[in-house]
Amino acid sequence: MPKDGIGASTKRREDVRFLTGTGRYTDDINLGKQLYVHFLRADVAHARINGIDTSAAEGMPGVVRIFTAKDFEGVGGLPCGWQVTDKHGQPMQEPKHPIIAEGKIRHVGEIVAAVVAETLDQARDAAEAIMPDLEELPAVVDMKEAVREGATKVHDDLTSNLCYDWGFVEENKAAVDEAFEKAAHVTTLELVNNRLVANPMEPRVAVGDYAAHSDESTLYTTSQNPHVIRLLMGAFVLGIPEHKLRVVAPDVGGGFGTKIFHYAEEAFCTFAAKQLRRPVKWTSTRSEAFISDAHGRDHVSKIQIALDADNNFTALRTDTYANMGAYLSTFAPSVPTWLHGVLMAGNYRTPLIYVNVKAVFTNTVPVDAYRGAGRPEATYQLERCIDKCARELGVDPAELRRQNFITPDQFPYATPVAVEYDTGNYHATLDKALELADVAGFEARAEESKRTGKLRGLGIANYIEACGIAPSNLVGQLGARAGLYESATVRVNATGGVVVMTGSHSHGQGHETTFPQVIADMIGIDASQVEIVHGDTANTPMGMGTYGSRSLAVGGSAMFRAAEKVINKAKKIAAHLMEASEGDIELKDGQFTVAGTDKSVAWGDVTLAAYVPHNYPLDQIEPGLEETAFYDPANFTYPSGTYICEVEVDEGTGQVEVLSFTAADDFGNVVNPMIVEGQVHGGVAQGIGQALLENCAYDADGQLLSATYMDYAMPRAADLPMITVDHSCQTPCTHNPLGVKGCGEAGAIGAPPALVNAVLDALNRNGHAVDHIDMPLSPARVWSAMNA
Amino acid sequence: MKVTMTVNGKSMSGEAEGRTLLSSFLREELGLTGTHVGCDTSQCGACTVHVDGRQVKACTMFAAEAEGTDVTTIEGMANADGSLNTIQQAFQDYHGLQCGFCTPGMVMAASSLLEQNPKPSETEIREHLHGNICRCTGYHNIVKAIMAASGQDVPAVAAE
Ligand code: FES
Ligand code: FES
Repeated sequence: MPKDGIGASTKRREDVRFLTGTGRYTDDINLGKQLYVHFLRADVAHARINGIDTSAAEGMPGVVRIFTAKDFEGVGGLPCGWQVTDKHGQPMQEPKHPIIAEGKIRHVGEIVAAVVAETLDQARDAAEAIMPDLEELPAVVDMKEAVREGATKVHDDLTSNLCYDWGFVEENKAAVDEAFEKAAHVTTLELVNNRLVANPMEPRVAVGDYAAHSDESTLYTTSQNPHVIRLLMGAFVLGIPEHKLRVVAPDVGGGFGTKIFHYAEEAFCTFAAKQLRRPVKWTSTRSEAFISDAHGRDHVSKIQIALDADNNFTALRTDTYANMGAYLSTFAPSVPTWLHGVLMAGNYRTPLIYVNVKAVFTNTVPVDAYRGAGRPEATYQLERCIDKCARELGVDPAELRRQNFITPDQFPYATPVAVEYDTGNYHATLDKALELADVAGFEARAEESKRTGKLRGLGIANYIEACGIAPSNLVGQLGARAGLYESATVRVNATGGVVVMTGSHSHGQGHETTFPQVIADMIGIDASQVEIVHGDTANTPMGMGTYGSRSLAVGGSAMFRAAEKVINKAKKIAAHLMEASEGDIELKDGQFTVAGTDKSVAWGDVTLAAYVPHNYPLDQIEPGLEETAFYDPANFTYPSGTYICEVEVDEGTGQVEVLSFTAADDFGNVVNPMIVEGQVHGGVAQGIGQALLENCAYDADGQLLSATYMDYAMPRAADLPMITVDHSCQTPCTHNPLGVKGCGEAGAIGAPPALVNAVLDALNRNGHAVDHIDMPLSPARVWSAMNA
Repeated sequence: MKVTMTVNGKSMSGEAEGRTLLSSFLREELGLTGTHVGCDTSQCGACTVHVDGRQVKACTMFAAEAEGTDVTTIEGMANADGSLNTIQQAFQDYHGLQCGFCTPGMVMAASSLLEQNPKPSETEIREHLHGNICRCTGYHNIVKAIMAASGQDVPAVAAE
C-alpha cells in the first residue's frame, strides 16, 4: 500500500497556501477596469414600492450606473430547484423571486437598488442619496399567525402564505392514529428548532466579467457548486447558454449549505458586467450576510410517540411548521420534507409513522439548507421526545433506545417512511459511546459536582442521516428539478502523473488531499503524483457540487469509476507490451505483472506508451489515457452514531458548561481519519452553538435583532470542550465502490439533542421538574425554567 | 494621502483616504490578501496582524494611523527559506485549519500568545483566542496545534 493511501492521516497539501496567506479566495480576485457594486437593501420587512428616486445619486462622483427592478424586466427570477407536491397532490405555491425587489419589499435585506461605481466607497456614498418612496405594510413574522385566515399576504398573487401542506405517508395516517388510540403510553413534546445563520467565515463575493470578443460571461463566486450556479443562472435567469458562461469558485472559506444556493448578487454581477462591458465586483459585509445569506432551521414542531405496555415504540406522528422566509431559496422546499420526513424513523423500528409539514411564507430572509438540513430537525424532535418518554416511564434513556433499535440482522431495513437503510449497527455505536464517555462513572462525578454546588447531567442522542445525495430517478419523482449524480475525469499524463477533474467542490473538506489518497491506493503510486482540479466549470465535465455529505460517496465514486476505466485501458496496453493476455494482467504497487510469470512493466512505461504509441495496438485501442465517469448513486448512504454530552449547570445563574462531548460514529470506511475527525469536531461545535448560543431573532416588525456578531453568539474557543471522537464502528456502505457514507453533517445533527438532554437531566435529577427548554439554552432560559 | 509603513520587513507605500482601514489598505493597496476580512464589527479576528509587535485587528485601525509602524502579516510568517514556521507547521500537523479563512488571524494570534506566554495551558489558549472566530474546526485542533507549537505534549492527531 502506498504510504498516503486509503486509511492514512495524510497531512493536507492545501494547508500550505492557507498558512502562508497565498490562498486565492474570490475576494482576492481583482480584474482590470473593475467596477464595484453596492446594494441598497430594504430596512423594512414589508412595504409597497411606489417609486425610487435615483436622480441625486446618479450625478455623484464615480457613479457609473444605478440599477432598479425596471432594468431587469426581461430577466427571469431566481429558480427553485425542488417542487414539493402537497398532501392533496397539488404543487406547492411558488412565487417569483426577483433579482431586485419588484413593486414590493418582502424582507429586510432584499435588494431595492444597485449602485455601480468606480470605487466601493463611491458606490456606498451614492446609495445613501437614493430615495425610495415606500408605503409600509404590516409584517408577517410568526408562522402560525401567517397561516391564519385573513393574515396579511407576503405575496399578493398567491392564495395564502401557505407554500404547501405535506403529509407523509398520507396513506398511513389512519393506521397511525389508530395505533395512538391503542397505545399504553403516549409522550408528547412541542419544540422549536431555532433559526440559525450559517456564518461561514468568508462572506459571499461575486465578480462578474464579460469578454466581448467571444461573447462569454464569467462569474467568480463563493459557491459550493459552480456548475449548478451555471445551470440555474444561465438557463433560468439570464438566458446565457452554458457554453457562453463559465463559473469559477476558487478557494471558498466555508459553506455549510448557505453557499449552495444561487443568489441575486451572482446574477446581478454577471448581468451588469455584460451591460457595462466592465467587470463588476461585490463583496458582502458580515452585516449584509446576516440579511442576505439563506438562513437555516426554523421549525416549530409537535411530536408524539406511542408505546405498548412493554415500552416498544408502536407509532410516531409529527406536525411541523417550517419557515420558508419571503421567497423560495434554491432547495428550500426539500429541506422540511424529503430531508426531514423520511428520517423520522431514526435508528428505531417504529412501524407506523406520519409526518405533516406546513411550509410558510413570512417577511423574513429565505430559509434553506444549513449543515444537516432537515435531518437535525428530525433527530432533535425524536431524540428529545424519547428522552422525555424515558423520564415519564422511569426507564434508562439508553436502554429505551436500545430496546427499540433496528437490530444488526435486520439490514437492509425498509422504514415506514420510504427509505431503505443498507447497513448499520446502532448497538455498537451506543456501546462505544457509553464506554468512551465513562457513563459508568457518571454518578460519582455527579456527586462531586453537587459538592461544588453544581448540577451535573448527562445526555444521549442517536442519529441517522441520509447522505450521499442522491439517486436521480428517485429524487426526480420527489420533485427535484436536477439530477444528483457526480462526474469526474481522470487524466493520466505521459509520465504517469494523474490529474482528476471533479465536480465536487472543496471549501474546507480537504479533497485535494483525500481524493489523491484513493487514486494512490488504486494504482499504487505516491499520492503526490495525483492532482485534483475542481471549482471551475471550464475544467470539469459537470458537477452537482458539495453538500449533503456527498463528496466522497458520490464524487469519490465517480472518480473511482473513471480511474477503473483508466486502469482497464492501461491493462490492455500492458498486455500488449508484455505480449500477454489482458485477463492475466495485475496492477499492484505501480507495476503491471502477468499472473504466474515474473514479467512486469511499470505504470510509467504504460502511460508513456499511451502517449508515444510506437509499439501500440493502434488497431484495437486509441492512444491517450483519460476517462470520464458519471456516477449516480443507487441509494442514499446512512451514517449513524451515538453522541453523549456531559454538562454542569450553575443553579444560581442558569449558566451551562459543556464538560465533555463524546461522538461514536459509523461512517463506513474512512479514507483520512484526521480529516474525518476534524469534520466531526466542526459539526459538533456548530451543534453546541445551536443548542447553547446561537439564535436568529426577529421582532414582530420583521427586523432582524441578531444581525451582527455582537448580537448573534458564535461559539468561541472558550465555549467548547475538547471533543472525543471515535469512528471505529464501521459498517461499510454496500452500494458505492468505496464503502463510504459521509461525515460532514453528523456533528451538527447529533449534538443539539445530546446537549439539551444533558441539561434536562441535570435539572430533573436535582429536583427541578422541567420537561423542556427551547434552544439556545441561555442562562436566562435555564434559570427561568428552574425558577418557574 | 500617501501612507508608508514597514510591512514584513520592507518599506511599502500606498494611497489611502482618511476612512481607509488598515485591513483594506493591506489587501487592496499592497495586494497582501492573506489578511482576511470576516466581519464589520471587529469581532472575528480574521484580519489579525502585528503592529509594532502587538496583536491588532487590522479592521480596528485606519491605514493612516499605521503610518511609520512596523507591520507583520501572515505573508511574513514563514521561515526565511520559505518553509512553514513552527506555528504554521503545527497547524498543518494537527489539522488546525479547514477552509483556511480564519487561519491567518489564528496564526497571528497564536504567535503573539506564545511570545507572551511560551507554555500556555489549554484554558489560556482558549481565552487568548476569544477574539478569533473559526466556524470550521470547533477549535479542537487549533488548541492542539498551539500546544504542540509551544513544545508541550499533545495526543496524536488521529488513531492511524
Ligand atoms: S474583520 Fe477585523 S475583526 Fe472581523
Ligand atoms: S478553518 Fe474555516 S473558519 Fe477556521
